[in-house]
Amino acid sequence: MLELALKGSKRYYGWIAFLLVLIGIGSIAYVNQLMVGLETTGMSRDVSWGFYISQFTYLVGLAASGVMIVLPNYFHSYKTNKHMVIFGEFMAIAACIMCMLFIAVDVGQPTRMLNVMLHPTPNSILFWDMTVLIGYLSLNLLVGWTCLQADRAHLPHPKWLKPFIYISILWAFSIHTVTAFLYQGLPGRHYWLTAILAARFLASAFCSGPAILLLVMMITEKFTSFKMARNAVSTLVKIIMYAMCVNMFFFALEIFTSFYSNIPGHMHPILYLFAHADSGLVTLMWTFLAFAAISITLLVTPQFRNNLKLLPYTLAILVIATWLDKGLGLVIGGFNPTPFETITPYWPTGKELLVSMMVYAIGALIVTVLFKIATSVKKETGDSQLLPCGCSSEDACECDSEEAEAVPAEA
Amino acid sequence: MKNNRRTFIKLAGIAAAGLAVAPKAMASSGGHSPVKVNPEAVHAKQWAMVIDTTKVHTEEAIAELSKVCHAIHNVPSIEGKREVKWLWSDEYGHTFPEQENPHLAEEVHHRTYMLLCNHCENPPCVRVCPTKATYKRPDGIVAMDYHRCIGCRYCMAGCPYGSRSFNWGEPRKNLDLSKLNPEFPTRMRGVVEKCNFCVERLAVGKMPACVEASKGAIVFGDLYDPDSEVRKVLREKFTIRRKPSAGTEPCVYYVI
Repeated sequence: MLELALKGSKRYYGWIAFLLVLIGIGSIAYVNQLMVGLETTGMSRDVSWGFYISQFTYLVGLAASGVMIVLPNYFHSYKTNKHMVIFGEFMAIAACIMCMLFIAVDVGQPTRMLNVMLHPTPNSILFWDMTVLIGYLSLNLLVGWTCLQADRAHLPHPKWLKPFIYISILWAFSIHTVTAFLYQGLPGRHYWLTAILAARFLASAFCSGPAILLLVMMITEKFTSFKMARNAVSTLVKIIMYAMCVNMFFFALEIFTSFYSNIPGHMHPILYLFAHADSGLVTLMWTFLAFAAISITLLVTPQFRNNLKLLPYTLAILVIATWLDKGLGLVIGGFNPTPFETITPYWPTGKELLVSMMVYAIGALIVTVLFKIATSVKKETGDSQLLPCGCSSEDACECDSEEAEAVPAEA
Repeated sequence: MKNNRRTFIKLAGIAAAGLAVAPKAMASSGGHSPVKVNPEAVHAKQWAMVIDTTKVHTEEAIAELSKVCHAIHNVPSIEGKREVKWLWSDEYGHTFPEQENPHLAEEVHHRTYMLLCNHCENPPCVRVCPTKATYKRPDGIVAMDYHRCIGCRYCMAGCPYGSRSFNWGEPRKNLDLSKLNPEFPTRMRGVVEKCNFCVERLAVGKMPACVEASKGAIVFGDLYDPDSEVRKVLREKFTIRRKPSAGTEPCVYYVI
C-alpha cells in the first residue's frame, strides 16, 4: 500500500517538501545540541526537565486518544466509527514516534540509549514507559496496516487480529497511566505527588487527543474526497465534552485538596504557577483556565456543540487549554519551588523550540503519509466519501440533487 | 580452497575448545573481578555522616571543605543555574524547609549549613534510574557509573534533596586542566554526577576529604556498628535530618 503515498498532487508534494525543510532547519539545531550539549536549552540544575519532556507527556495523550474511536467500534459495535478507526490508529503511530523522539532529543548521551534495554531495570518507570510505548506502536502498526489491507482487498478483517485489537484498547490506557507514574511516584515533587495524576492525564488525553484528531481530519477533508460520518463526529465531540469536564473536575479536586488542607508543599507550586511566577507564565496559566471554561461552555451547549462552523474553533481553544496545562505548567510546576524552597524560572530557548519543531514536523510527515494512504484506500473502496450534497456516503442522507445545488458542498 | 577449509576447521576446533574451557576458567575466578581489595580499606554496612553545625556553620568554612572536595574530584566550577556541585552550603530555611518556624533560635537560624548527597538507605534516585547507572553499594554508598548514565535526568527529578548535578555542557572547559587530580576521572557532557562519599579514599583506608579537612566537626562511620563514632555522637547529641517525611532514610545527620 505504500505506493499510494507516492502518487500525489503537486500540493501534496509541496507540503511534504515544506515539512522536510522544517525538519532540516530543526536538525541543524539538534546537531548543534549534540555537539555542545544540552546547554543550548533553557533547562538548569533545578528545572532539569523542560519543553521536550512536557511535549512527550502531551503526545502520549494523543497516542492514547485513538482508543476513544476504536473502543466504541469494537466493544460496543458502534459501527458508525468504523471508517474513522484507521485514522485513530495511524495518529497513534505518529504520536508514539514523536514521543520517542522527544525522549531521544532530551537525553544527554543519546548514543547510550540502548542501555535501557541492555540493562533492563524493572524498578524504573522509564523502563516500563519505553516498553509500553514500543508495544503500543507495534500493536497499532500491526492492527492498522492489516485492517487497511483487508479493506482494500474487500476482505473481512482476519480473525487472528481480534486479540491484538482488544489488547491494544487496554494498552492505550496503560501508556498514559505509566507516563503519569513517571511523575506521581517521586517524593518531594508535590505538584506531581498525587494519586489523581494518572486519572487526570487520561481525562485530559481523551479530550485533547480526539480534538486534535478531529482538527486534522477536518483538514484532511479539505484536501481529499474523504468525509467523516456526521454521527461519528457528533459522538466524538460528546466524548470530548465529557472528558474535558472530567479533566477540569479533577483539577478542581487538586485545588480543593491543596488549599483546604493548607499544606504548604501542595499549595506552593499552584501559587507559583497562577500568581508568583513571571507575568508571562501567570498569564498563560490563567489563559488555560479561561480557555477551559470557554471550551466547556461551547461544548455543553447543544446549539454551539452542533454548530459545525464553530466546532474547529471550540476544539482549537480546548487543545490550547489542555496544552498549557499539561504541555507547559505541569513540568514547570513540578520543579518549582525547588527542593530548597527557592524559585528557578524556566523558559525554552529558541534552539529548544527549533528541535521541538523538528520532532513535530517529523510527526506531521508521518501523519501526512499515513493519512494519504488511508484516504486513498477509502476512495478506492468508496467508503465514507463526500457526496455532492455535502454529506458523507455513510450518512443516511436524504438530500436530493436540488437541495445539493442550493446548499453548495462545503469544500 | 582445500587449504582454506582446513584452516577453517582448525579455527573452529580451537574456538570450540575455548568455549568448553571458558566456563571453568570463569568459575575458577569465583565470578568476581580479579581486583584485590586493599588491606587498608575501611568497610561498613552503611556509611553515615554527622555534621556538627555548632562547629562548622559559616559560609567560608564550608567553602573551604567544598574547595577540597571539588579539587580532588575534578568538579568543574560553573557560575549560575547550570552549576555542578558535590558539597555546598545554604541557609537554614533552604536546608530544612519543613522544619522551620518563625521564632527559631536566632543563632541556629543564622548558621550556614553544609549540603551534600544524603546517601539514603532508601534512595529514590536508584529506584528511578532506568539503566542502573546509579546504584547502592553493599556499604550503603549511592554510587554512579558515569559511563552507563544516558543523561535522562530522572534521578534529578527523583532526588528530594537537589543533590544531583547534570553536565549541561563540556565539563572540562570549566576545569583548570593544569590542576587536575590524575587519580580521579573527569566527566563528559551529558551525564549526572554527585558526591560519592569519597569511595575512592575509603578503598585505601582514608576518611572522606571533607571529614579530614573539617578538623573534627564532621564525624563519619558505620551506622550499623553500635560502637562506631557516628553512633556515639548520635546517642549523645540531638540531631535532625533533611526531609525525613520523604521516607528515604538519609544518612547525613546534623547536630543542631
